Amino acid sequence: MVTFILRRVGVMVLTALCLTFIVFFLTNLYPNLEKLAKTQGNFRMTDAEVESYLSRNGYLDPMLSKYGQWMGVWPGWVIEEDSVTRGRCIAPGQPPEEAPRFCGILQGDWGHSTVFRKDVDEIIAEKLALTGWLMLWVMLLMVPSALILGVLAGMREGSRTDRTLSTFAITTTATPEYVSGVLFIAIFASSAVGLQWFKGTATGAMTNPNFENFFLPVLTIALYGMGYIARMTRASMAEVMTAQYIRTARLKGVSFPNIVLKHALRNALIAPFTVIMLQFPWLLNGVVIVETLFNYKGFGWTLVQAASNNDIELLLAVSVVSVVVVLVTQLISDIGYVYLNPRISVT
Amino acid sequence: MDPLSWTEIFLRIAAQLTPVWIALVATFALSVAFRRRLGLYGKLFDSPIGMAGFGLVMFWTYTGIFAGAFDLILTHDVLDQSAAMKNKGPGTPYSQMMGTPDPNAYPYYLLGGDNLGRDVFSRMVVGAWEVIKIAPFASLFAFMVGITLGLPAGYHGGRLDTVLSFLANLILAFPVILLFYLLVTPEIIQTGIPVYMAAVLFVFPIIFLILLWNSRFHTQPAARNLYVGVTLVVGAWLYAGIAWDADPLGLVSFPPNLLVVFVAVVFVNAPTVFRIVRGLTMDIKTRDYVAAAQTRGEGTWYIMLWEILPNVRGPLIVDFCLRIGYTTILLGTLGFFGLGLSPESPDWGSTINEGRKLLSMYLHPALPPAVALLSLVLGLNLLADGLREESLRD
Amino acid sequence: MAEHDGPILEIENLSISFFTRLREIPAVMDFSVTVQPGEAVGLVGESGCGKSTVALGVMRDLGVNGRIVGGTVRFKGRDLGEISAAELRDIRGREIAMIYQEPMASLNPAMRVGRQLMEVPMIHEGISEAEARARALEVVRDVKLPDPERILKSYPHQLSGGQQQRIVIAMALMSKPSLLILDEPTTALDVTVEAAVVELVKDLGKKYGTSMLFISHNLGLVLETCDRICVMYSGEAVETGSIKDVFDKMQHPYTQALFRSIPLPGADKNTRPLKAIPGNFPLPHERPEGCNFGPRCDYFQAGLCDTGDIPMAGITGDDRHFTRCLRFAEIDWTAPVEAMAQHEATAPGKVVLKIENLKKYYEVSANALFGGSRGKKVVKANETLSFEARESETLAIVGESGCGKSTFAKVLMGLETATEGAILLDNRNIEQTPIEKRDTQTIADVQMVFQNPFDTLNPSMTVGRQIIRALEVFGHGASDAERREEMLRLLDIVKLPREFAERMPRQLSGGQKQRVGIARAFSGGARIVVADEPVSALDVSVQAAVTDLLMEIQRKQKTTLLFISHDLGIVRYLSDRVMVMYLGHVVELGSTDQVFAPPYHPYTEALLSAVPIADTRVEKTHIVLEGDVPSAMNPPPGCPFQTRCRWKPEVPGDLCEREVPPVREIAPGHQVKCHLSEAALARMEPVIRVAAE
Repeated sequence: MVTFILRRVGVMVLTALCLTFIVFFLTNLYPNLEKLAKTQGNFRMTDAEVESYLSRNGYLDPMLSKYGQWMGVWPGWVIEEDSVTRGRCIAPGQPPEEAPRFCGILQGDWGHSTVFRKDVDEIIAEKLALTGWLMLWVMLLMVPSALILGVLAGMREGSRTDRTLSTFAITTTATPEYVSGVLFIAIFASSAVGLQWFKGTATGAMTNPNFENFFLPVLTIALYGMGYIARMTRASMAEVMTAQYIRTARLKGVSFPNIVLKHALRNALIAPFTVIMLQFPWLLNGVVIVETLFNYKGFGWTLVQAASNNDIELLLAVSVVSVVVVLVTQLISDIGYVYLNPRISVT
Repeated sequence: MDPLSWTEIFLRIAAQLTPVWIALVATFALSVAFRRRLGLYGKLFDSPIGMAGFGLVMFWTYTGIFAGAFDLILTHDVLDQSAAMKNKGPGTPYSQMMGTPDPNAYPYYLLGGDNLGRDVFSRMVVGAWEVIKIAPFASLFAFMVGITLGLPAGYHGGRLDTVLSFLANLILAFPVILLFYLLVTPEIIQTGIPVYMAAVLFVFPIIFLILLWNSRFHTQPAARNLYVGVTLVVGAWLYAGIAWDADPLGLVSFPPNLLVVFVAVVFVNAPTVFRIVRGLTMDIKTRDYVAAAQTRGEGTWYIMLWEILPNVRGPLIVDFCLRIGYTTILLGTLGFFGLGLSPESPDWGSTINEGRKLLSMYLHPALPPAVALLSLVLGLNLLADGLREESLRD
Repeated sequence: MAEHDGPILEIENLSISFFTRLREIPAVMDFSVTVQPGEAVGLVGESGCGKSTVALGVMRDLGVNGRIVGGTVRFKGRDLGEISAAELRDIRGREIAMIYQEPMASLNPAMRVGRQLMEVPMIHEGISEAEARARALEVVRDVKLPDPERILKSYPHQLSGGQQQRIVIAMALMSKPSLLILDEPTTALDVTVEAAVVELVKDLGKKYGTSMLFISHNLGLVLETCDRICVMYSGEAVETGSIKDVFDKMQHPYTQALFRSIPLPGADKNTRPLKAIPGNFPLPHERPEGCNFGPRCDYFQAGLCDTGDIPMAGITGDDRHFTRCLRFAEIDWTAPVEAMAQHEATAPGKVVLKIENLKKYYEVSANALFGGSRGKKVVKANETLSFEARESETLAIVGESGCGKSTFAKVLMGLETATEGAILLDNRNIEQTPIEKRDTQTIADVQMVFQNPFDTLNPSMTVGRQIIRALEVFGHGASDAERREEMLRLLDIVKLPREFAERMPRQLSGGQKQRVGIARAFSGGARIVVADEPVSALDVSVQAAVTDLLMEIQRKQKTTLLFISHDLGIVRYLSDRVMVMYLGHVVELGSTDQVFAPPYHPYTEALLSAVPIADTRVEKTHIVLEGDVPSAMNPPPGCPFQTRCRWKPEVPGDLCEREVPPVREIAPGHQVKCHLSEAALARMEPVIRVAAE
């Protein structure tokens, strides 16, 4: 088991390195840097001025070296100019000798956000907490209801319950968050319809979440993923219910509820379990849309801000965090699969 | 003039859609009449779910084609603004702030006007065209890429499989939205990266077809040369036009901002197709007819493309429908975030995004495109479900 | 349930139909059978005859589409059609238990074996967990599984196929039911394992006093296990009676035809060929008017057999012996088989294939899923194979799963290359030439016929297209028209109508598909054909026809046939020489007569004794092998068979455990790989004895 986990972690680290490098590469392309220079300096900079600004700030180092510096495995750039020594790792006013040689994310130095004028790690921590709260409620709503839905539909394939629940599940998978969110706001929050049960924005939920301002965003994210998980569970359940060993159980005289609970459920949940875990990259999509739609200033909202304002270091940090979250859930899914499925023995 | 009542609005919309109804009735009449001779497609008409899905899909397909390509159905130009019509509700008579409107113009905004005073109904029907001119082709390209790579990965296994699967997982671990934000930006278009990606991705259909012909006809060189030659000439011409915008005849071109959207969507979908094809191949390759082909010395590409691929078509067709739906959702997402497509574009995602800003007061600009997108994707999912059910039968 | 003396199970005029969207499909019609206490009744028929449906009808488990449309099923006097769902649950598992084909699939993969066993009495008798556990241990011991404690704690996938089937049997016996329904319980198992399981079922039936309904397609197996038999054809019982009566004094043409089409001892491909049943099994919705067997029957009389329903008629003088034939009284059942075309035995020609010390080792990681580089293991799939095969000769390769016969076929075909040794085709070495590097002629010369008819043809290509493709690849014919002509000629050769060229494989029956497979294999004028169990997946009545076809083409084209099989009956019938393999080793090689008569290799002896033979005159020595075939990943040291060999004590010392025996020639052309002394070998007695007629 330990070797298995080690191997998976190895693959995960390799994946993370590749992905962060891709993100780093894409965000550090010259046009992006040019835009950065102009926003930091002024918009009427000539090309030569842009270039000198960039080279003075270490942006024109080779891509790999920049990546190494950002990671913290390569010494940060140091430039002597007019007898002032400036460097990536030298804080303003700090004597150069006292500055560390390395400063990257491995040292906990995530850089500075040009949009929020704050350290990136602070922003990330704050925003992650907000989104974590949102995700917690999404999971609490989505997973149990999806599983129950799927099991109920799949245990008697072709029945009326199955048809109704399946149609519901198909409809939710066909409704992306930006559609369902708009529909919900229109129906439940707008003055035009007049129900006004919930609030159309979740800004208030950042400090004081309650049912009124938090339910719609949670429901919006949960619904889209719910249909998919429910359909997977249904398919898996329906397949298990036709399996020979379910017939064995039936012919042993086991009652239907016990067949479902004792014999079918564990086998039927193996497939959806991995699906739930692999939902994370998609859920992130939902988070971004919903946070934008409901103006909930969490992680997804930050991603949009960072990306549309060319805030390179913040965008990098956001990418790293989301990639790591995705990879960790994949790892959990792999390990959980082994535990759930006794047919795979790890020795 | 008085605003229209809801009944009048519905009747007028139905009347506007006349060509669509005719086309739908013709399609269904012909299909139902000949369903016993149409294979899987015909069997679709035995399943109510499949028929409902097919009906929805064809409704939007015909709407899109008639509105986008033939200028039928729509009542006003999608870009025409009328300050007097800003945020006006459904059924408002058409007027302009200054001067009298063209007497030939349609006298109403059937579904009202948006925040710039454009006709919501017309924008909605043309929005369908934006989807159906991209989504099916993007899915098709994703399938070409996924199949061309997935078959050998599943068939040969080993190191090739390890490397390709690693790459596929790499892309799959990328949150889609992040990928879009990184890839579909004006700065990236400046660097030319999308063009290079297009150059790589669009080679796959040509490779696919050449392999297909060569493996099948290598025993008859004359036929082989003909097929491969035609593929190469036509393929190279289209390739030059689409990927490099360098068609020597000047006939084929692809707007750069559309190209980047197209590439991004293909790029996101291809790894999933790859995984599906790989899994199916690993299943089918143990069959005796594959062994029979091996023992008569067939090449590996013949086995993959002619012995394995035709026998996994069922699940692939089903997934193709689902994938068009997913692509539609992705295009909507891009529009919603204002990525890639021009801000004035009538595609559903952009329209929803614009409409949502005033949602607490005006519902009518945002709801029609939202419902349209929902019903098209729902139709595709139902169609896929119907196909799956019918292909499993017998 | 109150004590009941009378038949355990009475099925009267039972009819079962399945309802599809288009039509009602009758699966069982007017079926009656009675099972007395302690009696074992065999239900025999070909696939699709409705025998499994009867079993499910008794269990009232016909699914959503199936329904009993007529007749009654009485269990201990109670009409099962009238009891409530709760009562039905009480009967299932406690009173009637069922065992079926795939042991792996019948066990819940995510539940420990012990739990699955204990569940039965806990539901039905409400006993405590501890008691249930004690009972489980006892029953597991009864089914002769080693180390019951460990078995109870394992998951099904950790057991071998034979062990799993024993667990399924144990589960059926947990609540000591009065009736046990066994649906093809051994079909998925190897012959020697099957023999052991059958032995066990018989013993336990006696010990627990259970009545049995034994469903099988194998007449020999029914003969060994049952007291009475019921033969089914196309949804109807056609003949029922005691084993002795039906086997020796059959009164229905179908039963007779069935017996004439299976290779019993004495049948011979040249002098006494088998007689296949002409025509095809009717589809359920295309059954003929009158007698279902009419169109294929030798005694068919128009005007009589094709009108109206045919009732079961009793045969006077026999014990409850019935037949569904209008003409049984007129037919002379003792008349000898009308003479079939006899053939001159063809003399084997020159040597075309020579195998010398062929070895094939695989390197596999010990754990397929998580294996690192450390866990590499060598699987010795083929160990020093040496033999020759001549023109027009049939060489049978016999062995159970994992014996390496399929690996050998792969190496010969060039799908794998040999690790060591040589394969000489016309004195040219081909063992290191993979198929991509072989020239077209070599490929066309060595072809293969596959086992599974449902898998052998590409489902999305017409039959004609598939044969034409083979012709294209083998470079036959100059134009499409010529190849088409050649394809039609090949269809003629395999006796398929020419219009089949345009059909898709799914429109063909299993036997017809197999014929297409044969046509495809011979399309390049193959000189060596490897037939990998070509008939084992076919119904008995079709097997004979397909075998005959192979023989006929072989005679005409002087083909060398390498016939891979585990069915010793068919091997004895058609092969000239036999090679017995066990765990990658050739343990015995000789002419058919030499191999089927003593002295045997101990494994051959056990194999011969394990094969059920559907002939009441045959007496067999019962040799039951302990345990399963060891895994090829982890073979025992020394002689591969030493773990199960009953002759091992005859060899002094631990020779068997230390050394692989040398190959010895004990008669000209007859070699065995065994440490047994000449004297011990000479003491061996024949396993199969046919009583004097």
